[in-house]
Amino acid sequence: MFNKSKQVDNHSKLATPKKDTELRQVWRHLRRNRLAMVGLAILAIFVLSAIFAPLITPYDPVATDFSVARDLPSREHILGADWLGRDNFSRILYGARISLLIGFLSVAIGMFIGVPVGALSGYFGGRFDLFIQRIIDILIAFPGILLAIVVVTILGVGVENVMIAVGIASVPIYTRLVRGSVLSAKEQGFVTAAKALGIGDARIIMRHIMPNCLGPIIVQSTFQIATAILWAAGLGFLGLGAQAPDPEWGRMLSDGRQYIRTAHHLTTYPGLAIFFMVLGFNLIGDGMRDALDPRSRKHR
Amino acid sequence: MYGYVIRRLLLAIPVLIGVSILVFAIIRFIPGDPARAIAGVHASPEYIAQVRKDLLLDEGLHIQYYVYMTNLLQGDLGRSTFTRRPVTTELAERFPNTLVLASTAMVIAIIAGMSAGIVSATRRYSLFDNASMLFALFGVAAPVFWLGIMFQLLFSVHLGWLPSGGIGTWQHLVLPALTLGLATTALIARITRSSMLDVLGQDYITTARSKGLVERVVVYKHALKNALIPVVTVMGLQFGTLLGGAVLTETVFSWPGVGRLMVDSILARDYPVVQGAVLLLAVFFVMINLVVDVIYAFLDPRISYGNKEVE
Repeated sequence: MFNKSKQVDNHSKLATPKKDTELRQVWRHLRRNRLAMVGLAILAIFVLSAIFAPLITPYDPVATDFSVARDLPSREHILGADWLGRDNFSRILYGARISLLIGFLSVAIGMFIGVPVGALSGYFGGRFDLFIQRIIDILIAFPGILLAIVVVTILGVGVENVMIAVGIASVPIYTRLVRGSVLSAKEQGFVTAAKALGIGDARIIMRHIMPNCLGPIIVQSTFQIATAILWAAGLGFLGLGAQAPDPEWGRMLSDGRQYIRTAHHLTTYPGLAIFFMVLGFNLIGDGMRDALDPRSRKHR
Repeated sequence: MYGYVIRRLLLAIPVLIGVSILVFAIIRFIPGDPARAIAGVHASPEYIAQVRKDLLLDEGLHIQYYVYMTNLLQGDLGRSTFTRRPVTTELAERFPNTLVLASTAMVIAIIAGMSAGIVSATRRYSLFDNASMLFALFGVAAPVFWLGIMFQLLFSVHLGWLPSGGIGTWQHLVLPALTLGLATTALIARITRSSMLDVLGQDYITTARSKGLVERVVVYKHALKNALIPVVTVMGLQFGTLLGGAVLTETVFSWPGVGRLMVDSILARDYPVVQGAVLLLAVFFVMINLVVDVIYAFLDPRISYGNKEVE
């Protein structure tokens, strides 16, 4: 006779080691990808310097010292000082905390809303799906950073609101991605089999469909963190993000602009920091996409 | 075919209504008293009352929206609380500038990106290929506002070749358009390359080569046409990215477009102008996507018109 519980157990027993080797396979591919390793190294540097900022630099990022105001890079201040004499290097180090925090948290917000909505929308289909898709259509009518700007306009300026705004702006991306993956997974034999065994919808989604969507979600999230950091810095630059004296890179850039002729280190270095952090995430994202998608491997 | 076009047009209507609701909500969702937020911190109670009356804030939301939509459909977007001029006038002055900037950036991106992608694909792993792909990686990662400032520093401050901001001559357009177009150039280069490589690996290309056709004919006559389909797909979406990026680029280069107007208005709490600018950019983007979809359907007969879920 068909023993339901035994069947399910067998399945999960089989699934566990398989997932493990899959992960290892991905890592093997990733490790061989030189650019991805460069990306990983860049990120490691940023994460470590964000964590150990107080040990790396003796300066407080918000402490002013007018005697060195707008000084060019020197032995004491390796990346110079800003117009209030704050150490530029320290501000960039501490700024990494803000950018990483915004990047990860806003993507978490986007996933937290977008993934379940996309999964339910794809799994149940019908009117619910149609309704969700129209809402997503409305959200993606606001191009790029514009949706985040609209949300910040409503919520008001500030780092927390930027996180929420960028998070909301990334919801449509997750909803579409997960919905697409669920739609294709739904048609496969194992889902039909699970349904035939009488397994509930929630369990099918969580146990059988979502693991299949994990790869694309991770790849997309890596790119999305990069986008979130760019958008957050953009909002900061426009004066809609972090407020003084927070050492936020976008804000630092826009504040430093007025001294561009005499102290361009105030715009050059925060910009380079954003650039390298975004590059790091993009390189890892590219590498993971190639590792997870055998089709794109051949173009490497 | 025409059924598809009509269906696509009809689908745009709920989206536009949704956009109008979201834009309408901008003022109403402001935490606290919207009238006070609009009137400013130092406004007199009389003025706040006046704003409240103007915006019908004491009426029900459905009545507010009805009046808002009725005015909108008659081309009345209200007045700027700052300049007291009609919002439509402000937008009409600025929108052509944004259009010129975004279109120039797009043209640069298409020409430079596609050429780089084609050459890269045909000379895979050459110095040019490696260099242009590295450039493409950098182009996507560089924040557009920082890039603009670096261009200003190099070409305006140090070399003195081009103006650092403003509008007037074609020289004023060069730096903003290059800045705005760079990320899109990088993206188009990458997509063109990988799509060309896909196509060049297919059997019909091998056949064409084995017939003894010149490589140039194989690449440009046989491969390019099919390779461009994914490139065309991203162009519509990229135009949206350009409109978003224009907000930042216009701010860097003091380019008097809708994006800059919007940012200035947000900072000045001039909400009617913010609403108008957001609405204009979103509606324009919806229209662009509509046109791209329709053109695309005409170009590629393989699209199934019943199912519009193709990305």
